[in-house]
Amino acid sequence: MNRYPTWKYTLVALCVALAALYTLPNFFGESPAVQVSSVRATVRVDSALLQRMESALTQASIPFTGAVLDANSLRVRFADTDVQLKAKEAIDKAVNPDPANASYVVALNLLSASPGWLTAVRALPMYLGLDLRGGVHFLLQVDMPAALTKRLESLTGDIRSLLRDKSIRHGGVVRAGQSLRIRFRDAEVRAKARDIVATGLTDLVLTEREEGAEFLLLATLKPEAARRTQDFALKQNITTLHNRINELGVSEPVIQQQGADRIVVQLPGVQDTAKAKDILGRTATLEIRMVDHEKMTPDLLAAAARGDVPFGTEYYVERDGAPLLVRKEVVLTGDRLTDAQPGFDNQTNEPAVYLTLDGAGARIFKDVTRDNVGKRMAILLIEKGKGEVVTAPVIRSEIGGGRVQISGRMSTTEAADVALLLRAGALAAPMEIIEERTVGPSLGRDNIQKGFNATRWGFFAIVVFMSAYYAVFGMISSVALAVNLLFLLALLSLLQATLTLPGIAAIALTLGMAIDANVLINERIREELRGGATPQAAIAAGYQRAWGTIVDSNVTTLIAGLSLLIFGSGPVRGFAVVHVLGILTSIFSSVVVSRAMVNLFYGHRRKVQRLMIGDTAWK
Amino acid sequence: MEFFKIRRTIPFMRHALVFNVISLLTFVLAVLFLSTRGLNFSIEFTGGTLLEVSYQQSAQVDRIRNSLERAGYKAEVQTFGSSRDVLIRMHVDKSRSTAALSEQVLGVLRADDKSVELRRVEFVGPQVGEELAEYGALALLVTAVGIVLYLWMRFEWRFGLSAIIANLHDVVIILGFFAFFQWEFSLPVLAAVLAVLGYSVNESVVVFDRVREMFRKLRKAEVPEVIDSAITGTISRTIITHGSTQVMATTMLIFGGPALHYFALALTIGILFGIYSSVLVASPLLMWLGVDRAQFVRTLKKPGKDEHEGAVV
Repeated sequence: MNRYPTWKYTLVALCVALAALYTLPNFFGESPAVQVSSVRATVRVDSALLQRMESALTQASIPFTGAVLDANSLRVRFADTDVQLKAKEAIDKAVNPDPANASYVVALNLLSASPGWLTAVRALPMYLGLDLRGGVHFLLQVDMPAALTKRLESLTGDIRSLLRDKSIRHGGVVRAGQSLRIRFRDAEVRAKARDIVATGLTDLVLTEREEGAEFLLLATLKPEAARRTQDFALKQNITTLHNRINELGVSEPVIQQQGADRIVVQLPGVQDTAKAKDILGRTATLEIRMVDHEKMTPDLLAAAARGDVPFGTEYYVERDGAPLLVRKEVVLTGDRLTDAQPGFDNQTNEPAVYLTLDGAGARIFKDVTRDNVGKRMAILLIEKGKGEVVTAPVIRSEIGGGRVQISGRMSTTEAADVALLLRAGALAAPMEIIEERTVGPSLGRDNIQKGFNATRWGFFAIVVFMSAYYAVFGMISSVALAVNLLFLLALLSLLQATLTLPGIAAIALTLGMAIDANVLINERIREELRGGATPQAAIAAGYQRAWGTIVDSNVTTLIAGLSLLIFGSGPVRGFAVVHVLGILTSIFSSVVVSRAMVNLFYGHRRKVQRLMIGDTAWK
Repeated sequence: MEFFKIRRTIPFMRHALVFNVISLLTFVLAVLFLSTRGLNFSIEFTGGTLLEVSYQQSAQVDRIRNSLERAGYKAEVQTFGSSRDVLIRMHVDKSRSTAALSEQVLGVLRADDKSVELRRVEFVGPQVGEELAEYGALALLVTAVGIVLYLWMRFEWRFGLSAIIANLHDVVIILGFFAFFQWEFSLPVLAAVLAVLGYSVNESVVVFDRVREMFRKLRKAEVPEVIDSAITGTISRTIITHGSTQVMATTMLIFGGPALHYFALALTIGILFGIYSSVLVASPLLMWLGVDRAQFVRTLKKPGKDEHEGAVV
């Protein structure tokens, strides 16, 4: 009765072998590497780059131990970190001849030192969380009301130009909260305007209202349009963050949406958090607006400096200190910008920034420049509600084709900075860091060491106790427990679930709990023996009786684990993933694997006198 | 080897009242501490900034505190683990709590001692903290409801109810300890509390399983006698299993360092009270809720309800 069919033994052996295979990469450690990835989609990482890099390294006589080329990055291994640092410089010089306009990110990285055939079967080491390897975790909140406000502001301009095109007279378009108010003299004009706006701008819900002698048309964003705006803002911000983080040169950044309005950024290995925050926190949005020349009289400027800003304008000071009154109405925002490069003016040889606009942006820009030759436009960088004039050039002629050159009063580095800032993109909506976790590399190493020690000594103590208390059955239980650990590590490696310090704690705890199943079984077998059952019958009955209890008790633990997984975040989730996986593996290993061993040991003997399960002679 | 050579049934239920009074007392005390002292929530829940820094030599906590105070920061400063590691905690302050705070504080510390090294920063905005607290409470609720439902389905409603009362009482007692000693209640501690809840319910399940079995086996016995024999029959397993888990919690307490300290502590309290409550509180509750053989004889008649039926290992 205590025999498994051959296929079942084979299955168990196969599971253990597979688990061993997938746990293997964790023992090889890591070797220092340099990773090269592309900044822009147009720049490819290919074998040509690999050759370039190899020749650069050979030229600098820097030895390397291997190179891996995959879809979007190129990684070169080195013997130690000194060589790695030297190599990084050499590679950086070779692939980015112009540092101001880098096309590749060159970053330090650690690569698993496991042999290629393991990587080929997708056996990778466990993915360590930031608390174990050091790095920065940010949670950013996107300011959605601001995104909506911005959208409404740009719609204000659209409505104005729409009504102007159809020569409809109105008493002004103003934003009040999250709606726009358009005033008219009579109901007839309003009805006409309503038709035009409704067909021209389908994103708006229009309602009519009379206030005293005024006929008002109220426009609000349709819910789906609002949602679209928010989605867009989030996507745009994520793209922008990608670009910015590329400038940081991080090897494996994680940038993900979390919930409706949050973005998680994880930068492993980043030590300089101030710089990271600085780059992420540049919540700059770019706006092009017109300078209001009519109101720029000395009197009004003086009044504006005192805080009495004329209606419809905002007061700014240029970099050289000259005051400026800028219209509130936005001509263009950074969304319309596709590229920005530093360069030099063809005629004057002054440093300049070249902007490229998308189709719609180019059209708007052409119209605006045609109508405003000789006037000035201001390029503003809005950070956290505060604006700064990057430059306010005079429009010399109509500019078509979407190629814009900004020059004048800039140094070369300033031009490069402005270009970088514009290119790394304007955010569609401001963001704020609402959570930060930074862990230094030394603490990460300590955490691994401590978690590992706790698990090892606990495991050791349990093995000693079980073997002493339950003799052969105890040893079998201990092996089953070790197999459980193997399964758990293999699953974590295979799923590439993030292992954190609470995760290591969960491994330890799960091992402590997993032995419960074997204790239940062993106690049952002892009980059956005391009750006078034959050894073979006692084994069968012990396993069978204990099974129901094991399932029940594991299900209740699983319920707690799952609700932690669902509702937990951060450290709790790291704990829950391992806990839940551990419960599942423990059921298999403590019941099936241990039974297979018991069956192999006892099941195939003709006659078993006595089970070696400790003292059962007392009665 | 055998530690538990128990030859006769131990009359646990005779002292049921005593156990429940002890439970009630500890429970009331725990609630008292919780309401008067409250939990010392970590900044993960309250929002704020936490810095862990390490010095070359022993850190001078007073000096750090003074220089921070002079710079206008309200902070709790204490050593952490060793005398060279210092933990600086600043609860949320609406006017200046930003992500930039950690850099400013580090700047102040650097001015005092160049050797200071940043080991860890945690900044949690107030809204995130509130959400975490909310989700934590929700997780507790879902776990409790889930367990009751499962036990109801698998056994009977009396089992579900008495198990969850006994084990929520564990949770309250763990929280009571954290309130009394003002230990820091952090996210890992919350995870430990919920793990303990699932874990000690499984303790009750083992006893309940035996109770059900005994009802069928001991046809003549009274209810208390059945429960007594169920507890006696599982006691050695109870102690060995909890011992093993406790070994793990203890090694975490010893080797796990400060990061796992309170996690392991919560587990330790949970395991100790778990043994007590799941056996000696849940079972009397079961008795008083009026568990009866008839409830199982009825379920026995339904085919497929037997938990051993179809069990193949």
